[in-house]
Amino acid sequence: MKSLEELKALREKMRAQVNMRENVGGEHTRVVVGMATCGIASGARPVLNRLSELVQEKDLTDKISVTQTGCIGLCQYEPIVEVLEPGKEKVTYIKMNPEKAEEVVEQHLIRGNVLGKYTLASAGI
Amino acid sequence: MYRSHVLVCGGTGCNSSGSHHVIEKFTEEIAKAGLDKEVSVVQTGCHGLCALGPIVVIYPDGTYYTQISADDVPEIVQEHLLKGRPVERLMYDEENAGTEAKSLADTDFYKKQTRVALRNCGVINPEQIDEYIAVGGYEALGKVLTTMTPEQVIQEVLDSGLRGRGGAGFPTGMKWKLCAPNKADQKYVCCNADEGDPGAFMDRSVLEGDPHSVLEAMAIAGYAIGAHQGYIYVRAEYPIAIKRLRIAIKQAREMELLGKDIFGTGFDFDIDLRLGSGAFVCGEETALMTSIEGNRGEPRPRPPFPAVKGLFGKPTILNNVETYANIPEIINKGAAWFASMGTETSKGTKVFALGGKINNTGLVEIPMGTPLRTIIEDIGGGIPNGKKFKAVQTGGPSGGCIPASYIDIPVDYDHLKEISCIIGSGGMIVMDEDNCMVDIAKFFLEFTVDESCGKCTACRIGTRRMLEILDRITKGEGKIEDIDKLLELATYVQENSLCGLGQTAPNPIISTIKFFRDEYEAHILEKRCPAGVCKALLSYNIDPDKCKGCTLCARNCPVNAISGTVRQPHVIDHEKCIKCGQCMENCKFGAISRK
Repeated sequence: MKSLEELKALREKMRAQVNMRENVGGEHTRVVVGMATCGIASGARPVLNRLSELVQEKDLTDKISVTQTGCIGLCQYEPIVEVLEPGKEKVTYIKMNPEKAEEVVEQHLIRGNVLGKYTLASAGI
Repeated sequence: MYRSHVLVCGGTGCNSSGSHHVIEKFTEEIAKAGLDKEVSVVQTGCHGLCALGPIVVIYPDGTYYTQISADDVPEIVQEHLLKGRPVERLMYDEENAGTEAKSLADTDFYKKQTRVALRNCGVINPEQIDEYIAVGGYEALGKVLTTMTPEQVIQEVLDSGLRGRGGAGFPTGMKWKLCAPNKADQKYVCCNADEGDPGAFMDRSVLEGDPHSVLEAMAIAGYAIGAHQGYIYVRAEYPIAIKRLRIAIKQAREMELLGKDIFGTGFDFDIDLRLGSGAFVCGEETALMTSIEGNRGEPRPRPPFPAVKGLFGKPTILNNVETYANIPEIINKGAAWFASMGTETSKGTKVFALGGKINNTGLVEIPMGTPLRTIIEDIGGGIPNGKKFKAVQTGGPSGGCIPASYIDIPVDYDHLKEISCIIGSGGMIVMDEDNCMVDIAKFFLEFTVDESCGKCTACRIGTRRMLEILDRITKGEGKIEDIDKLLELATYVQENSLCGLGQTAPNPIISTIKFFRDEYEAHILEKRCPAGVCKALLSYNIDPDKCKGCTLCARNCPVNAISGTVRQPHVIDHEKCIKCGQCMENCKFGAISRK
């Protein structure tokens, strides 16, 4: 280690590895992926992994946590992703895939625009 | 990149309750479920709630599992990691809360704590320097070397108000300031990791959970006083701490955070370990340095103080592990931040090891000045089995007891001193109504008699005479003048011993007599132990009206001291009885009493 800059660069690189371990407070946005049998069977795992990766890559772990949940009873619409922002109404995205997940991160989580075309409302229920 | 981290505590407490098996099983099961690219298993240091180990924390949700065995692991992997359904039956169930606390941060045990010295314990993997760097490690060293003068560093530590956490409470910055101007071809920075008080284990937890913080602080101290070599004197009974320190030193050398020309500033500093082999007196600073030099660990008179003439005759500073663990945070966040915590004369936080009759046995870190009640009732979760809180022994064999009537006392250096108690290294042994205070004083005296190095007559012989008197009292052979004789001897030992061991050895006696003189008098005058501990003063008796003659007591008595025929009241032969209490435990009719 020959300079403070070198240390700081290393820290930046390593940060994503540990900052998931901050304790979740009330101001946190929760992104929840349905990972019951129905969800896993329709491909929820790659969705969960992509979401988790992006949130860490973009250094959002202090504001957003990505976790799983069980079956919410809408098995035909899996993989389902719910976004729970404090003080806002829950948004439920259906029939997700990793590509759509990327859009959700870019548009909804970063810019705050709900992607109406993927929500439960778009299925007409 | 992983979506979830499984943190398993690898501190000594959890390790001895089997956490290494839990780690192996997690690795195996996660691979079996095909999750090894998604979930990482991290071995961390101590989380503090040692009574409920092995501890497992799963992030990002922070779910807090306690008492996990390898058999529970497949269920956690299948349910929680795969399907996202936390296994409720294994989650931490906080006493009185009624519901399982979902996240670590929600528990009473953690909510009232402020973790500074323990900031990384249970959060990072202590065997990976990368993780320490990821939480800002070695930045304080970088800041000091590139932007501050040694004088500024010392001033910062002085301004923070940090006082030695090993027991004596001497201002750390002052220690450094006294050493810095002394000219010598070599100076030394030593770390006292010879933690010997019964019941105290905060230094072990810091070394096991966050070894780099100590290395970083020692390098900072080296820069401040102009030293290039450090020694950590760690007791050989801490194998995990030693292993992690060795790994940490090796990794720091590889990254050139120890060694020559650190951060390209031309500053050289290296650290070596020295193992102590179990002598309590080696925790005393002059004895410790004598031991590092390769001699028998015995204290020597001061002055000259180590700051002038210490290790190998050179100017030396010696600080405790927990003291060092605070230093990088003080440099990073500033003296004002540190000084904003605590009381007027005791700044910052202190780690306490809670033990004895308390629900949450473990490590807690709280701001100085926190009332004792908060520690015992809120963080510690109160006394088990609905018993009454009687006293707490602080500072181990060098300290004294705080009786229940002082439960609202703010815990800091000066308030405890007022009632002739000390914070000491931070051991807190909680006692309930079933503890006999004479017996407690005897326990600590037995320890100091064993550990006295023998150099000073007052300590070597005085402690033994005091122990003999205490022994006599617990056997019902005491005389009323023994109490005054104990106090007289205590003063003599305090005044005539060279080092802290002898000077403080009588403290448990003085404080138990001060607060619990009635118990001493009951032993001496009434030949009665009020707490029912001192065996020689007890007798077990069977109430003939309640005894149904079931013979259970007679069958359980290991020395056949109970006689009687079926359906007739039984009788205990007091000549034969060894007072083990088996009969009383086994009696279904409550017919046996102890007095």
